[in-house]
Amino acid sequence: MPEFTININGKDHVVDVLEDTPLLWVIRDELQMKGTKFGCGKALCGACTVHFNGNATRSCSFPVSASVGGKITTIEGLSDNGDHPVQKAWMEHNVPQCGYCQPGQMMSAAALLNANPSPTDADIDAGMAGNLCRCGTYTRIKAAIHTAAKEK
Amino acid sequence: MISYLHKTLKKEGLSRRNFIQISSLSATGILLGLGVTSCGPDGKEVAGSWQPSVYLRIDSEGKVIITAHRSEMGQGIRTGLAMIVADELGADWEKVVVEQAVGDEKKYGNQNTDGSFSIRMYYQPLREAGATARHLLLAAAAEEWNVPASECEAKNGEVTHAGSGKSIGYGELTAAAAKLPVPNITDLKLKDTKDFTLIGKETPIVDLKDIVTGKAIYGIDAEVPNAKVAVIARCPVMGGSVSKFDDTAAKKIKGVLDIIELDAGGIPPQLNKPMGGIAVIAENTWAAIKGREALEITWDYGPNKDYDSEMQTKEMVKSFESEGTVRRKDGDVAKAMSGASKILDRTYTTPYFAHGMIEPPCALANVKDNTCEVWAPIQHPQFAKDSVVGALGLDDKNVTVNVTLLGGAFGRKSKPDFIVEAALLSQKSGHPIRLLWTREDDIHNDFLQGQSAHRIKVGLDKKNGVVAWDHHAAFPSIGATSNASVIQPSGFEIGMGATDLPFNIPNIQVETHDAKAHTRLGWLRSVCNIHNGFAIGSMVDEIAVTRGMDAKDNLLDLIGPDRSLTFDGIVGNHFNYGESLEDFPWETARLKNVIERAAKEANWGQTLPKGQGQGIAAFKSFLTYVACVVRVAVDEKGNLTIPEVHYALDCGVAVNVDRIKAQFEGGAIFGTSLGMMSKISYKDGRAEQDNFDGYRIARMPESPIEVKVHIVESSEKPTGIGEPPIPPFVPALCNAIYAATGKRITSLPIDLANTTA
Repeated sequence: MPEFTININGKDHVVDVLEDTPLLWVIRDELQMKGTKFGCGKALCGACTVHFNGNATRSCSFPVSASVGGKITTIEGLSDNGDHPVQKAWMEHNVPQCGYCQPGQMMSAAALLNANPSPTDADIDAGMAGNLCRCGTYTRIKAAIHTAAKEK
Repeated sequence: MISYLHKTLKKEGLSRRNFIQISSLSATGILLGLGVTSCGPDGKEVAGSWQPSVYLRIDSEGKVIITAHRSEMGQGIRTGLAMIVADELGADWEKVVVEQAVGDEKKYGNQNTDGSFSIRMYYQPLREAGATARHLLLAAAAEEWNVPASECEAKNGEVTHAGSGKSIGYGELTAAAAKLPVPNITDLKLKDTKDFTLIGKETPIVDLKDIVTGKAIYGIDAEVPNAKVAVIARCPVMGGSVSKFDDTAAKKIKGVLDIIELDAGGIPPQLNKPMGGIAVIAENTWAAIKGREALEITWDYGPNKDYDSEMQTKEMVKSFESEGTVRRKDGDVAKAMSGASKILDRTYTTPYFAHGMIEPPCALANVKDNTCEVWAPIQHPQFAKDSVVGALGLDDKNVTVNVTLLGGAFGRKSKPDFIVEAALLSQKSGHPIRLLWTREDDIHNDFLQGQSAHRIKVGLDKKNGVVAWDHHAAFPSIGATSNASVIQPSGFEIGMGATDLPFNIPNIQVETHDAKAHTRLGWLRSVCNIHNGFAIGSMVDEIAVTRGMDAKDNLLDLIGPDRSLTFDGIVGNHFNYGESLEDFPWETARLKNVIERAAKEANWGQTLPKGQGQGIAAFKSFLTYVACVVRVAVDEKGNLTIPEVHYALDCGVAVNVDRIKAQFEGGAIFGTSLGMMSKISYKDGRAEQDNFDGYRIARMPESPIEVKVHIVESSEKPTGIGEPPIPPFVPALCNAIYAATGKRITSLPIDLANTTA
């Protein structure tokens, strides 16, 4: 199997996996970082969202070979102490129910705010449409993104 | 108080011997003779702490460790249970830690986290557990200071004596408290509700920080050293089996370790039995998935190979032309219909629904030396344990089921089939096995909420009085999953809204008709209330239109005068969610109250712009009274948005107000999925949907924009929260669409473009 060097949360990792292995399974199985979740395997639900060079990327459908040379950020790397404005806003609004989709939701929200520091409701709808939450926390997610935008 | 628990336990079918055992633990909240040593939820000894109840330990530092014995799937139960104990204990919430119990119903009582009854069943025992410990801590401090206990106060994790100004932390009292005689439950003084510090307040969930930092552990995250990954190729048709298979190509995939055939599950599929198939064991998930893709399997699809769900729906509707089985008979419907001056007659249909929780079924199992330890997202850990014991032939005492957080469940994770799969594969392969269901596995082989057909005929007299209600229903029963001969709904299924219809109509008849099962069937959040509610709530609106009445006034009129409903002599075995009507009466006044409240809060009857409309519906389910007002806006192109939803609910005592609101906010969105886009259909025996592209659930832009939740203040016994938001939502939505467009929705999912006004 080929070796790949990938940079996650500022640190290089060398992994030896099949070249079409999705980044998600490298992060979870090889590197034992469990914050990034599996939901659908087809980029339909957003539970696996990470940042690739700052852009929200569905790691379940992004091969490890494509991630060489880029900078990957996972939920574990979003902040040192859970104090990213998005994380703080998520806590202020008590957003999570089961919480499973929330790392992906927060990664999408953080990328959205990086690109658009004061999004409208419509911008949030567009930016978050790729992330499913079966518990139905969307109303609080939207409120939390507005709160985070104010703080940034 | 003891009788409350006694009844609960009796209902669970526990033996007298078990009851005595459990009552000595959880009813009194006391484990006698433990001294200052106690056990954690894993059964390991924890030195230096005092365990006055199976649900509660206090260590010498004053840390309060509360054991949550119910599964956390987003409803906030780990927090809610802890709030109840901590409030009665007078604990400092900052010093409360929640630990999760393993599956052990002999120790903890019922752990089946289903049916929205965790708080209903455990509110009283947990208060007693907290109050017993408080009583002993007070007594210990009083003895230490040589003052009457009545002069002491216990709160914020310490006992104080106002007269002397003395105070002492709970941690310093545990050794003395452990030696004191345990009070009788009847001598306990529970807190006055006005003194609650946590119950009735908004408390953030205990797992919040872990969740937002990605540290929370779900079933899919559990780890043991050297675990291998398994995925299974299962027959896409229920009841099918493997004829032959070739694993040559699969074995060549780098990382694939083993191919294991599991016996076919057969028919009936059972709630806890693997479906069988070919498992691929691999070093990592991707190799397992690729290995499975490379398998060449010839299936014997079995007797369901031609199943077509659309055709069955037509047959179900057709069956209403023949006589059904009478499930409720009140007056003489036939006679009343023949004398009616107007008859409404409408048929409603709903598709199969899958659970679609974002964490699919998954489990980690480690079988070694005739022991098995499991980590899994499971709603019913004791059932999982019993199922593993049975399937693997192990001794009960050698099987441990650890409950992780559940990444959504909605009823799917009550069924431990996936845990048995993982355990069998660990036993057969000799490795710890992390089993993963891919999303396709989940959509193809879920325990579905059954599709349904309802026909409701309503007779009105000359003065537009409603004189007859004739309801026919057909849907494959959950009972068929365990017993293939079941072809009619069970009492609890038709009892969810249909036979317990609360209307003051003199002639009511409910009949059920045959519908055979061709899939695995289970229960999805609020179960048959979903389709019973859609049909009934929609017909109520049709009655309002026919009578020329305001929809809210019509609903209140149908419910009629304030009274306690009984169903003696009209329903064979009234289903009251496992409770007696004496303990949990059916009060029409409480239903009417939430209708008035929702209407008031939603500014019901307001003048709305063209293309907008409000709809209303109200249901009691899981013993909670709920009314819902939905407002929709439909533009010229037919695009629908839901600007606003108002819920009013009466659930008795509200424990964690914030989580109640969250369940209803999420319920409106879950209901939006059921109404607007979710559908599983079958062709050639198999589901036509594969993933979240075919089986759609609501995304943010499709969801209600605002959901307002209004909770009736009450001191009645607490009732369900997780499921009650669902039943009134879909009919309120459909009724709003009618108000906005004149289009009557009779089939789900809603298809506005193909519905005529």
